[in-house]
Amino acid sequence: MDFTLNDEQRQLRDTLARFLAARYGFDARQKILRSEEGWSPAVWKALAEELGILGAALPEEVGGFGGGPVDTMLIMEELGRALLVEPYLETVVIGAGLLRHSGGEAAAERLGAIIDGTMITAFAWSEPDSRFDPALCATTATRDSDGWRLEGRKAVVVAAPCATHLIVTARTAGDPGSREGLSLFLVERGVAGLSTTDYTTVDGRRAAEVTLESVRVGAEALLGEAGQALPIVERVLDEARAALCAEALGVLSELQRRTLDFVKERKQFGIAIGQFQVLQHRLVDMFMEVEQARSMTMMATLKLGEAERERSRAVSAAKAYVGKACRFVGQNAVQTHGGIGLTDELALSHYFKRATMIESQLGSVDYHLARYEALTAA
Amino acid sequence: MNLDFSPQDIAFRQDVRAFVAETYPAELREKQESGVELGKEDFLSWHRILARKGWVAPAWPKEYGGPGWTPIQRFIFSEELAAAGTVPVLPFGIAMVAPVIQAFGTPDQKERFLPPILSGDAWWCQGYSEPGAGSDLASLSTRAKLDGEHYVVNGQKTWTTLAQHADWGFFLVRTDPAAKKQAGISFLLIDMKSPGVTVRPIITLDGAHEVNEVWLEDVRVPVENRVFEENEGWTCAKYLLAHERTGIAGVARSKLRLDKLRRAVEAANGANGGLAADPFFRRKMTELEIDLLALEFTELRTLARQGAGKGPGPESSLLKIKGTECQQRASELVLEAAGEYGAPHFAGAALPLQNAMPVGPQSARGAADTYFNMRKASIYGGSNEIQRNIIAKAILGL
Repeated sequence: MDFTLNDEQRQLRDTLARFLAARYGFDARQKILRSEEGWSPAVWKALAEELGILGAALPEEVGGFGGGPVDTMLIMEELGRALLVEPYLETVVIGAGLLRHSGGEAAAERLGAIIDGTMITAFAWSEPDSRFDPALCATTATRDSDGWRLEGRKAVVVAAPCATHLIVTARTAGDPGSREGLSLFLVERGVAGLSTTDYTTVDGRRAAEVTLESVRVGAEALLGEAGQALPIVERVLDEARAALCAEALGVLSELQRRTLDFVKERKQFGIAIGQFQVLQHRLVDMFMEVEQARSMTMMATLKLGEAERERSRAVSAAKAYVGKACRFVGQNAVQTHGGIGLTDELALSHYFKRATMIESQLGSVDYHLARYEALTAA
Repeated sequence: MNLDFSPQDIAFRQDVRAFVAETYPAELREKQESGVELGKEDFLSWHRILARKGWVAPAWPKEYGGPGWTPIQRFIFSEELAAAGTVPVLPFGIAMVAPVIQAFGTPDQKERFLPPILSGDAWWCQGYSEPGAGSDLASLSTRAKLDGEHYVVNGQKTWTTLAQHADWGFFLVRTDPAAKKQAGISFLLIDMKSPGVTVRPIITLDGAHEVNEVWLEDVRVPVENRVFEENEGWTCAKYLLAHERTGIAGVARSKLRLDKLRRAVEAANGANGGLAADPFFRRKMTELEIDLLALEFTELRTLARQGAGKGPGPESSLLKIKGTECQQRASELVLEAAGEYGAPHFAGAALPLQNAMPVGPQSARGAADTYFNMRKASIYGGSNEIQRNIIAKAILGL
């Protein structure tokens, strides 16, 4: 058993942390959020070219550095600490994951485009009625001469407004809920019949409602085998959930650290409020939740390579735990700060908002508790 | 001992309900339901309707234009208004400064200030908290120096709710810097249009502009605008905090929110029965319902004691803590129920693309903003930590 980082991993983390501290401070981030695009192509280019980080966890044969889930974990924690809004999770963890695990002739070239920063993907899997379950997909794909025709609606597709491509789940067979018949399609953003309603999310990301009306794509758009995508989707979502837990660690660590600094500085009744035992205990509880969340994130990350049931149980356990920690640490950070913790001006409230969104992103606490129970009983 | 309301109370409830149903402006309701931020005129339109009926100031004595209701009637009234989802009558004039003026003001102050509060012609704000004086309010440092017939006021107040609309503000200021804490404070009424008063918006995390900073720079305030004795303002402040706590728990508003959530959950038929088929979520709603029931009866017990001639005491701290916890819990459940649709930002205008077009089910709109905004409830009006200190000291004798 070994929870230490090797030299390359430490270097990766430190380089990224330095880059973000220099280029992605709170003011720089707020400026990006308020821009028309809502994300920074320049930052993305720098992540790809200056840091080469978009390929850090991808295999060397497609141009990556050959890292793995631990590298993704380190990167995501730093991105969480900086509240980065650019679509690393959506493109590098999810998009590249789906392309890689689906295989096929075009995969290497497409992965190369992700690594060099020219392809940005958003994953269109959730639907208005699917409530976190990727199998509850009602969007359909039917054969259309030598290609496919897609019909359906996708909900809250994060990063769709800045993506070059959407990866869409659609049924080539079966009814919503069926484990068979799900397929994956790589769809260019500008294709006829695909329309989006773009908006900002409460934590400053860009997302869209996506409508597919007789969207025609070629045979090469199908990723992997028709009807066999659900296990790949579940696998990649598990990888993304573990990465999201790591992002949460960055967010929660910042909430905890900033609150600790605050109670040492803020004076009321003639003393620093950190002298009050009731607040000391609260800070201790926050600290313990962050530590436990870290343990769960490492556990889940290191089990991503296990067989499906073991992997999914570990990930759901971690996501449920981290989701609860997000609420506990977020609420207590704000409460301890008092009114100032609720202002837009202070970074703290932005960490709180991101933590709140992570609670339910890629499955709420309740969803993962139920999934864990079902997998345990199975 | 019995739980029945008297026949008069039941008839009263019906009168209130009928009046609200008849007179509440439809366009105001539409605006509320669309989630648009409410403006000054929105609050005032309902205020004026109630004022014309003589119902806008339930707790005022009859001599000042109050309806002369019992505490139970006041409770029923506020419950009916909340259950109907009306915009609240803002407390700063009616429920906060007016009782202080009635108890401590001169005849001239009463004549000058009370009628415009009742009619809605004067909008009031509260200048209490300062950047350095939050929970420790008595450490405030805004200074008022006597100069002939005026006080010259310098300092900064913060978290001043809706000061952007205010005509008048009631301020706690330090008139004797040598005295210890509470002893040197006075209660001043300041015309917000006075030279030297600057109101700066504070944007909160939900993108809303509800609170402000108020800067006071050599503001000249006539001595006649001081309520009660110089250096005795803390008496007014304490009186204000102990007064008019009916409805502080917000039970009816939380119940309304929970009922709405329940209806939305029942109506949404997801692909696998949706949340209505989720016993875990149903149980969470039921738990909140029972918490609200407990709070409702604690509030009724408090009111019954008040009716027997005992003023609201430190037990109002219990209502504040438990009430705000329920309000926050309701906002958590609404956000949880929204699922993925908790993410789209809807209200406010801090970022581009907002309000472009609402997406997702109606019940999810603004769920996150309300959740974020409601975090203030355990902070304002004396944080819940301070309320616990009050109970520990005043009730438990610790």
